[in-house]
Amino acid sequence: MSKSKTKPKLSMPLEPVAGNGLLDRRLFLQKGLAFTAFTAAAAAAPPVIAEASRGSEKPTEIDPVRPPWMRQPGQPFSPYGVPSLHEDKVMRLPSANSVLQGNGASWSPLHQLEGSITPNGLHFERHHNGVPQIDPQHHKLLIHGLVEKELFFSMDDLMRYPRHSQTCFIECGGNSNSSWNKNATKSPVGYSHGLVSCSNWAGIPLSTLLNEVGVQKKARWLIAEGADAFAMNMSIPLEKAMDDAMLALFQNGERLRPENGYPMRLLLPGWEGVLNVKWVRRIELSDQPVMARNETSKYTELLPSGKSRIFTLEMDAKSLITSPVSGTSIPEPGLFQIIGLAWSGRGKVRKVEVSADNGETWAEAALDGPVIPKAFTRFRMPWRWNGKPAHLKSRVTDETGYVQPEREELVANRGRHGYFHYNAIVTLAVEDDGFVRHVYRAENDKEDSDNLGLDADW
Amino acid sequence: MIKKILIISVLMLTGSVVATEGQQKTVPEGPNLGQPATAEEVAALSINVFPDGRGLPEGSGSVTQGAKIYQSKCIVCHGSGGLGGSAEPLAGAEMGLTGEWPEKTIGTLWPHATTLFDFTRRSMPMTAPGSLSNEETYAVTAYLLYLNGIVAEDTVLNKETIMQVQMPNADGFINIYEQEQQKNK
Repeated sequence: MSKSKTKPKLSMPLEPVAGNGLLDRRLFLQKGLAFTAFTAAAAAAPPVIAEASRGSEKPTEIDPVRPPWMRQPGQPFSPYGVPSLHEDKVMRLPSANSVLQGNGASWSPLHQLEGSITPNGLHFERHHNGVPQIDPQHHKLLIHGLVEKELFFSMDDLMRYPRHSQTCFIECGGNSNSSWNKNATKSPVGYSHGLVSCSNWAGIPLSTLLNEVGVQKKARWLIAEGADAFAMNMSIPLEKAMDDAMLALFQNGERLRPENGYPMRLLLPGWEGVLNVKWVRRIELSDQPVMARNETSKYTELLPSGKSRIFTLEMDAKSLITSPVSGTSIPEPGLFQIIGLAWSGRGKVRKVEVSADNGETWAEAALDGPVIPKAFTRFRMPWRWNGKPAHLKSRVTDETGYVQPEREELVANRGRHGYFHYNAIVTLAVEDDGFVRHVYRAENDKEDSDNLGLDADW
Repeated sequence: MIKKILIISVLMLTGSVVATEGQQKTVPEGPNLGQPATAEEVAALSINVFPDGRGLPEGSGSVTQGAKIYQSKCIVCHGSGGLGGSAEPLAGAEMGLTGEWPEKTIGTLWPHATTLFDFTRRSMPMTAPGSLSNEETYAVTAYLLYLNGIVAEDTVLNKETIMQVQMPNADGFINIYEQEQQKNK
């Protein structure tokens, strides 16, 4: 944000709708009100030519009347576009096993993105033993087991099947896992809650293929297996497979990226990420789950009693604020737009509420439409920051009436060692100097210790 | 070719109605291009091993054989005795699952011995997955169960004996999907 901008002139008094300066969401449409988005950078740098600034001490001064890019022809056409050179800080954050680089995850930079679709190159990744480089001519899908006909489907043949498309999120069951720790991570939100992304997927209804092989009456589960080095297998209830599951071939208009399952993956809208088996090559119909390593010793949530929750397949509703961002500063008091994301594995987002006073009072945020079931919903909240400490929270309610819990409630119910399925409300503390950081509770947010004891599970 | 496409288009439009668990849903019908798989082809690819023993192959392996394989193929990541490597601990839990630092090992957490066979054969070792024979997999499974105090040192595992293994945490799970299913009924 630039300080040279004029202060907004108010055409009407602004009555807060909730504590600490939250305003009516309809004010975004009010003439004469200028809301500012938070920026990650402290101040706008003087304009320079990117190339000139790299490796040269003095940035080149730019003629504002006729900048250099207006003095020469631009770049030619390109067969495949890439982001601007000036956006090279927008990136995933890999976090992998030090010995096996393909075992781990990379976090999607939610705090650097807008709208409700994740660009393909920034979709989160979770691989168990690297990304296979699959030649589609040597990849077939086998469906077998409790079926009338055991069939292979080649890539070329599958491309001739009727398709549909659907926008939905995929969230890793281990997303937000550092929030189980005692101390709140200070990472920007994407790098602690970014094992979730949202795409428009296109492919074949799985039910079309299941009808072709003819599912036997005894069948209750599908055991799906990927063609990666892990040969990962997972059990999926037949009911879901016949409902809205897809054999996805396209992501945001183009064929799947290798790290998202090229040439084909399962898509189970709203269900835990690991079930959306990438590089799928085999589906066995069975009367029982296989009890794979990843559905028994992983992706289960240990409770304080010593028992573990298993087959927690649906993703609970979650919301978080993507702007402002932990670790950045709000430069001066004024009118701002708090921006965030909400989603639910059970359907549509019904509403998102925002609080600026640590949950004492709440106001309903504006939702960008259309609100799509099991997809990212972008929310926005007008806020007048008065330069005093504040605690920002967002809370989603989905169409089933499920309300996102506070951290205390989640931890009281589940303990701190579940590792998976963390979906509590995320709190950002804003200090009087404008510095923003992720905290758990207002009362102890001065405990600024390191994020010790991250229970990395890979 | 044109005729074929037309037929496919008609099929796509007609669709079919299938009933699953009381739900009715219209499903687009495909062009039925699946190629029959022979029993041999299916058998070669079928590596799922189920808790009831389905999928377990012939062959056998002992704790002693497993210890030798572990020393040459597993120890580099999993450490001596299943503990202390770069990968997660496999054994050696002293505190169980209820303390401040729960120890999630094969002995404390894993509910089925068949899972250990299935996973080891399909995914391990990470640098050469799929390289263990059925015999070697039985042997490594036996050794890991021995390290966790679940089987005796003279154990030989095969498709019968592995089914007699009692996993300590077999009853340690609450099936959330099943609970939700029953709630919705």
